[in-house]
Amino acid sequence: MSETLQHIVIVFGILFGLLTLAAGLIWIERRLLALWQNRYGPNRVGPFGIFIVLADMIKIFFKEDWIPPFADKKVFVIAPTIIMLTVLLSWAIVPVAPGVVVLDLHIGILFFLAISSIGIYSTVLAGWASNNKYSLLGGMRMSAQMFSYEVFMGLSLMGVVIMAGSFNLSDIVNAQENMWFVLPQFLGFVIFFIAGLAESHRLPFDMPEAESELIAGFHSEYSGMKFGMFFVGEYVGVTLISAMIVTLFFGGWHGPVLPPFVWFFLKMMFFICLFILLRAALPRPRYDQLLSYGWKILLPLALLNILVTGAIVLAIE
Amino acid sequence: MISILKSLWYVFLHMFRKRVTVQYPEEKNYLPPRWRGRIVLTRDPDGEERCVACYLCAVACPVDCIALDAAEADDGRRYPDFFRINFSRCIYCGYCEEACPTYAIQLIPDFEMAEYDRQNMVYEKEHLLINGEGKYHGYNFYKYAGLEIKGKAKGEGIDEEKPIDPKSLMP
Repeated sequence: MSETLQHIVIVFGILFGLLTLAAGLIWIERRLLALWQNRYGPNRVGPFGIFIVLADMIKIFFKEDWIPPFADKKVFVIAPTIIMLTVLLSWAIVPVAPGVVVLDLHIGILFFLAISSIGIYSTVLAGWASNNKYSLLGGMRMSAQMFSYEVFMGLSLMGVVIMAGSFNLSDIVNAQENMWFVLPQFLGFVIFFIAGLAESHRLPFDMPEAESELIAGFHSEYSGMKFGMFFVGEYVGVTLISAMIVTLFFGGWHGPVLPPFVWFFLKMMFFICLFILLRAALPRPRYDQLLSYGWKILLPLALLNILVTGAIVLAIE
Repeated sequence: MISILKSLWYVFLHMFRKRVTVQYPEEKNYLPPRWRGRIVLTRDPDGEERCVACYLCAVACPVDCIALDAAEADDGRRYPDFFRINFSRCIYCGYCEEACPTYAIQLIPDFEMAEYDRQNMVYEKEHLLINGEGKYHGYNFYKYAGLEIKGKAKGEGIDEEKPIDPKSLMP
């Protein structure tokens, strides 16, 4: 009985913490972007402007939730829920601290890859159901981008799997007790970072919503809380990729003095800030360059990484 | 690749730069001395209205935000019966000030005129009139003009010559 209760507490704790963090990221992102652009950002509402999140929420709830008459209504409504669902599902396998994990799957990484691939349906269906040529272009770009980047996203993680000898994320974290995998698997880390960036379609890779050419891409017809759901999905996606980088390459909860959860959180926040810095600093590449970069450079590198790691591990054994 | 890391680093260094934002209500920005802001109607040194309701400002106004109606007092002085400026239309170009022959209408450097109700942006004469001479001191239109008013006959103005009798043969 107490074990069940503990499980329920963990599930709701992670869910609540995650949604709070995703909402807080609105403020964090705006403040950090402003910081890197010599501005202040929102600093009026509440201490350091943190209640801007509440103001934004109230505003977005009272916005008109409009479905365009030319849209495919059912798909149009379902699309934003898919991204929310998949990113939250993926979070189920992330171990926050020893034993604090919703679902201790023995194929954790595969589950993560599978569910994040399903998340793409959200953007593609949103682009399709909007019945608008720019949205469709955005959705199409998303599918092509994901198609090419998912391939080596999975491959870049195989080096870690070979070294840890397990697909289970808790086992992988435990295998990093003495040395973080970022040192032997630096190439894998860089490739996974880039693929993760493309996966969460954040700024250098935000082809599907490129404002300058596609207006807002797949979500240009969305308004109100449906639009908000895309953004919550995007922010949870950012935390998810950061959490995965931390678990797979930076030793998860391991760290001296501070409790495990705090270490996990600090490392995750570092990567979230890095994502925002990337957004502040880098321009958007051209679409065909993005795809050829993925297929011609990153995929061979990921394959090479597996080959070398596998050979070395075999030689040592 | 190196250039990407470099640009990341340079953007990161912006964190330690001085902020360009002016925290407006607490911190005020520098206003040039000739800033054109709110429009006022001034009075002459004797405390009378300077405006003679000639309509030149209303004609000069490119957005037609000035409305007035002329009236004449018993002493012969002209004055606006009402004088209305719609500041939600005004573009603060200052053409009305340039057109004004009596220095009555003037722009002052006040720009903080935000209102919750749009109707409050329409200023009537009592809101526009101030108890002073504004930028141009000591000028009284009726003392210079050759107009006859009560207490000043023709030719009694400053720098004004006596009227000539065109029917007389005397030089």
